[in-house]
Amino acid sequence: MPTVTMTVNGMERSGNVEGRTLLVEFLREHLGLTGTHVGCDTSQCGACVVHVNGTSVKSCTSLAAQADGAEVTTIEGLANGSDLHPMQEAFREHHGLQCGFCTPGMVMSAVDLANQNSDPSEHEVREWLEGNLCRCTGYHNIVKAVQAGAKAMGGGS
Amino acid sequence: MNDFTYHAPTSLDEALAALRGGGDGAKLIAGGHSLLPVMKLNLASPTDLVSLAGVPGLGDIADGGDSVTVGAMCRHAQVAGSAVVQARIPALAAMADGIGDAQVRNAGTIGGSVAHNDPAADYPAACVALGATIVTDRREIHSDDFFQGMFATALADDEVVTAVRFPVPARAAYAKFANPASKYAVAGVMVADGPAGVRVAVTGASGDGVFRVAEMEAALGASFSGEAVAGVAVSSDGMLSDTAAGADYRAHLVTVMAKRAVEACG
Amino acid sequence: MSANGSGIGASVKRKEDTRFLTGRGRYTDDINLPGQLYGYILRSPVAHADIGGIDTSAAAAAPGVHAIFTGSDMEGVGGIPTGWLIHSKDGEPMVEPGHPALALGKVRYVGDCVAIVVAETREQAKEAANLIDVDYQELPAVASIEAAEAEGAAQVFDEAPGNVCYDWEVGDRAATDAAFDEATHVVSIDVVNNRLIPNAIEPRAAIANYDPATGDYTLYTTSQNPHLIRLLLGAFVLGLPEHKLRIVAPDVGGGFGSKIPHYAEEAILTWTAGQLGRPVKWTCERIDAFKSDTHGRDHISTARLALDADGKFLGLHVSTKANLGAYLSTFATCVPTYLYGILFAGPYTTPAVYCEVKSFFTNTVPVDALRGAGRPEATYLLERLVEKAAVELGMDRVEIRRKNFIREFPYQTPVALQYDQGDYDATLDLALKASDWAGFEARRAESAARGKCRGIGISTFIEACGIAPSAVVGSLGARAGLYESGSVRVHPTGSVSVFTGTHSHGQGHETTFAQIVSDMLGVDFEAVDVVHGDSAKIPFGMGTYGSRSLAVGGTAIYLAVEKVIEKGKKIAAHLLEASVEDIEFENGSFTVAGTDRSKSLGEVALTAYVPHNYPEGLEPGLEETAFYDPLNFTFPAGTHVAEVEVDPETGEVEVVAVTGADDVGRIINPMIVDGQLHGGLAHGIGQALLEECLYQDDGQLQTGSYLDYTMPRAADLPSFNINHNTTLCTHNPLGVKGVGEVGSIGVPPAVINAVIDALRPLGVNDMAMPATSQKVWQAIQQAQG
Ligand SMILES: Cc1cc2nc3c(=O)[nH]c(=O)nc-3n(C[C@H](O)[C@H](O)[C@H](O)COP(=O)(O)OP(=O)(O)OC[C@H]3O[C@@H](n4cnc5c(N)ncnc54)[C@H](O)[C@@H]3O)c2cc1C
Ligand code: FES
Ligand code: FES
Repeated sequence: MPTVTMTVNGMERSGNVEGRTLLVEFLREHLGLTGTHVGCDTSQCGACVVHVNGTSVKSCTSLAAQADGAEVTTIEGLANGSDLHPMQEAFREHHGLQCGFCTPGMVMSAVDLANQNSDPSEHEVREWLEGNLCRCTGYHNIVKAVQAGAKAMGGGS
Repeated sequence: MNDFTYHAPTSLDEALAALRGGGDGAKLIAGGHSLLPVMKLNLASPTDLVSLAGVPGLGDIADGGDSVTVGAMCRHAQVAGSAVVQARIPALAAMADGIGDAQVRNAGTIGGSVAHNDPAADYPAACVALGATIVTDRREIHSDDFFQGMFATALADDEVVTAVRFPVPARAAYAKFANPASKYAVAGVMVADGPAGVRVAVTGASGDGVFRVAEMEAALGASFSGEAVAGVAVSSDGMLSDTAAGADYRAHLVTVMAKRAVEACG
Repeated sequence: MSANGSGIGASVKRKEDTRFLTGRGRYTDDINLPGQLYGYILRSPVAHADIGGIDTSAAAAAPGVHAIFTGSDMEGVGGIPTGWLIHSKDGEPMVEPGHPALALGKVRYVGDCVAIVVAETREQAKEAANLIDVDYQELPAVASIEAAEAEGAAQVFDEAPGNVCYDWEVGDRAATDAAFDEATHVVSIDVVNNRLIPNAIEPRAAIANYDPATGDYTLYTTSQNPHLIRLLLGAFVLGLPEHKLRIVAPDVGGGFGSKIPHYAEEAILTWTAGQLGRPVKWTCERIDAFKSDTHGRDHISTARLALDADGKFLGLHVSTKANLGAYLSTFATCVPTYLYGILFAGPYTTPAVYCEVKSFFTNTVPVDALRGAGRPEATYLLERLVEKAAVELGMDRVEIRRKNFIREFPYQTPVALQYDQGDYDATLDLALKASDWAGFEARRAESAARGKCRGIGISTFIEACGIAPSAVVGSLGARAGLYESGSVRVHPTGSVSVFTGTHSHGQGHETTFAQIVSDMLGVDFEAVDVVHGDSAKIPFGMGTYGSRSLAVGGTAIYLAVEKVIEKGKKIAAHLLEASVEDIEFENGSFTVAGTDRSKSLGEVALTAYVPHNYPEGLEPGLEETAFYDPLNFTFPAGTHVAEVEVDPETGEVEVVAVTGADDVGRIINPMIVDGQLHGGLAHGIGQALLEECLYQDDGQLQTGSYLDYTMPRAADLPSFNINHNTTLCTHNPLGVKGVGEVGSIGVPPAVINAVIDALRPLGVNDMAMPATSQKVWQAIQQAQG
């Protein structure tokens, strides 16, 4: 079994994986980081979105081996101690979550957008979230949260 | 998903060696965004996956004056955001920006897209309309010869796409009608007025993959206007048919998208 | 009640959010038990077949495999029960075939459970399952209502001739016929309510454990109603007493009805854990969720409305055929009957209403409740029919509705319900204003200038929530009560734990219920925590569905708090040396009326637990439980307006504006209430424009993944314009009604009415859901000849 090593939420983590081990499986099952969710098996729902080397990707459609040597950030790595990240805070403030299942992927995706665009329009946010399904919120408050979070981030995480 | 051996070569030669060493069951992996979904459903079960991520020199975009060369490992987001592509072939940047979703664009590559030749993928239409050349480890293949029907290309089993070279057109635009569920193209039409004349290439619509519409090209050659193609109907024979779009509707959408692409050329 | 910053009426930020936002939620698949094995459920790939034999030998020999069980292994175990007995018109009980958890002799739909493989890892279990050789001797399948009722159709069950489960009716047929005899106009309509796949984003999952030392079973499961699962699984399937079966529904990632039913997998897992004496975990893959989560809707109806010369409704006659799927899921039989037929008065004074419903078995996934459950189907039919009546009679669409509104309450409908309160004019007026209905023609012209067809549509509706009371539903065939429990435990230092039998899977109960308790007891919001989802912690509960949690569960909590206050008064009276009658409770203090002598709740609580100086004969402790059985349904109502723009070249429909004016009763947390409305609206727009479950004639599911089942995405929807007008429910102390399903009930007909309004100038007069671009384009083609 090959060994993979990556920096996850600032800490070096390694593990023995099979070739087929998905990044999401490595995070959830090897590292116990269950904040990253799996909502589908056809790469559509976005519940699994994490950052690899600073950009958002679907960890269900990445091999752990592909992330060997990478910097990975998951939802668990966003807050600074007990201070929520501005995007997390914006989701709370604007009620951008209900059941919470899509939320980790939503937030990670939103942070990636905000890193590139500190003042996205409603249209830009809606287009950006194409790969993130939510069944609970109707997206209304998610869109508001992402706009507010992006502003609060001021162009950087 | 069945297990396999993962290889992470750091040169093209190593990659080729791994590919050959793995025998019949070896496959390249670039972004993995076509391959892994297929493998997860057990529709493909390679014995070896050879990653191109560590192979140097495949991730650049170069302005060659009358052409733009995009390295095989360039992600869709990189092409969409490239100042060179935006300046020289804005239609290509816009097309790349409309592939899948943000995370797909952060992972999927041009090389993987052309090599996979999904009949509903966007790049094949761009390549054919712009008259692109597919550059591999051993030769150059014109798009007209490269795409050979659904999921089929001119590539040998052990051949690696290294780049795609796009001639810079005078004007070009892409119009896509996306499947509401999957967001792949139901009908995607790239219209380009380039060195080889006007070309109209269609993806998503035909079971045979990307195709050109000679009648539209002729009409546009005579008069480059939306009106010129609006009246050109394409036959629904051989069109794909699924729950989102039957053959007639697809054929109709090809004409509408062609018109819109021409209008977007300005 | 005191209004403080976090009390009733305040948009308090949610207690549950911090854990969800930091990845520390605990969903079923996040739970791992020591020594656990993984189960994989092998499902039928064919819709209807005799099982000639099952050869598991190769699979059993595969690496990591511990056990394989098939239907014959579970033969002695009870079948999956259904929760509601319906009687047909002729008084006969419905046909109720058995539902073995693992298929026995026959498979009846693609997705039917055939075997469980238990192995060391998920992948091993799945790989081994692929080695099982099942001899499927295929039978002809019926995959739709039309196929099920055709002459000579294949039979899903021998005991259900013609595939009919029941043929039910409600209302006075003779009176309705008489109304049609008198009518000046009769308007009729045929509608299909499209079949939907629920698609909560969290797939179902379960992990079962058995402790041989104690004989205790524990099942963690993605359920909206853990006690109901315990009741059905314990009493009907496994024959386990309640104290030996603990059901935990931890954080659940959305339900929408699909996590109400007791599923075969729950029984299979629990039984398997018992056989093996080890924990067994199963997580549904999305691909399997499409073919095993209960589906929703799937009706074909024809209806007639009788009107007088002025457009007053005289009578309504509805005939519906409903698809129940291959087996009777928990609430399957009541959804198209008691959650459907009794809604047909709507907000209108129609004096005679009759509805008959024939339900069919088919070789498809079992159909059960889905957000709205029966009420969206009824509302869609009624609001399409009323719209059509306006058009055919040349009446204004708004005026025809207004003309027929109920204005006197309580109002007894001809179909069983008694509405307690409402103000339908107020929500209508509010919606017209908020949507700028009057200014629409200018917007239509502006769209037309851009080559687009714009349309506006309306629906005025009522809803019935919090299905009750138990005695009444019992007489109608319910096999469970529909009350709720609430317990309030004031701890010695004055913090509070609240236990509710409802379950929160997005609704924010941990916040809303804490607001009520904090407000009533005058304790800090942060000092109140709500516990739900664990049968070992909560006295009892019926769970969360039908928008019942606040109206029924919230009321139980309210009553428990009142009991706490009553007891507190006795303690305070003793401490203050006053008589109990003189004690008043406000803002967390017990005060002797007319004095400034008081004791805080904290002091009283401490005394209750350290009863040194204590009223004689009074039990120590400060904890109370209340069970609340409502007197009636609650009746939220409202008006929804949708505005769409159609691209006539492609047929694409864009929803450009949605306005809701809703009366959901008293609002505890406006932020949460609006969020519920948004979600329901998105679900309703999904049904109207995007979502449709399609089967091939042979029973293969055509829309079996997100690649071809269209889920509403952010870019498919506009922001919503939500408005409220409140009338209070008269029969619960909080005056609350319910909000979780309103959007998916009210908006679909508004959207379709808008699409038809947009297309009418092109000659299109009808449109079926979902109004996909292809369907719209075809309709335009047809109309243009
Ligand atoms: C949810 C989702 C939505 C999508 N939507 C769209 C869409 O709208 N339009 C669209 O066009 N695509 C879409 N895609 C596909 C996406 O663009 C893929 O990334 C792309 O088609 C393949 O690129 P890849 O780098 O991921 O290739 P991989 O998946 O890594 O490889 C694909 C195939 O190409 C081969 N290959 C890869 N690189 C090379 C190379 N350099 N030389 C030779 N062979 C190679 C592989 O062996 C494999 O057979 C979508 C994908 C997903 C998951
Ligand atoms: S789990 Fe659905 S996209 Fe990754
Ligand atoms: S909050 Fe439940 S799926 Fe988004």
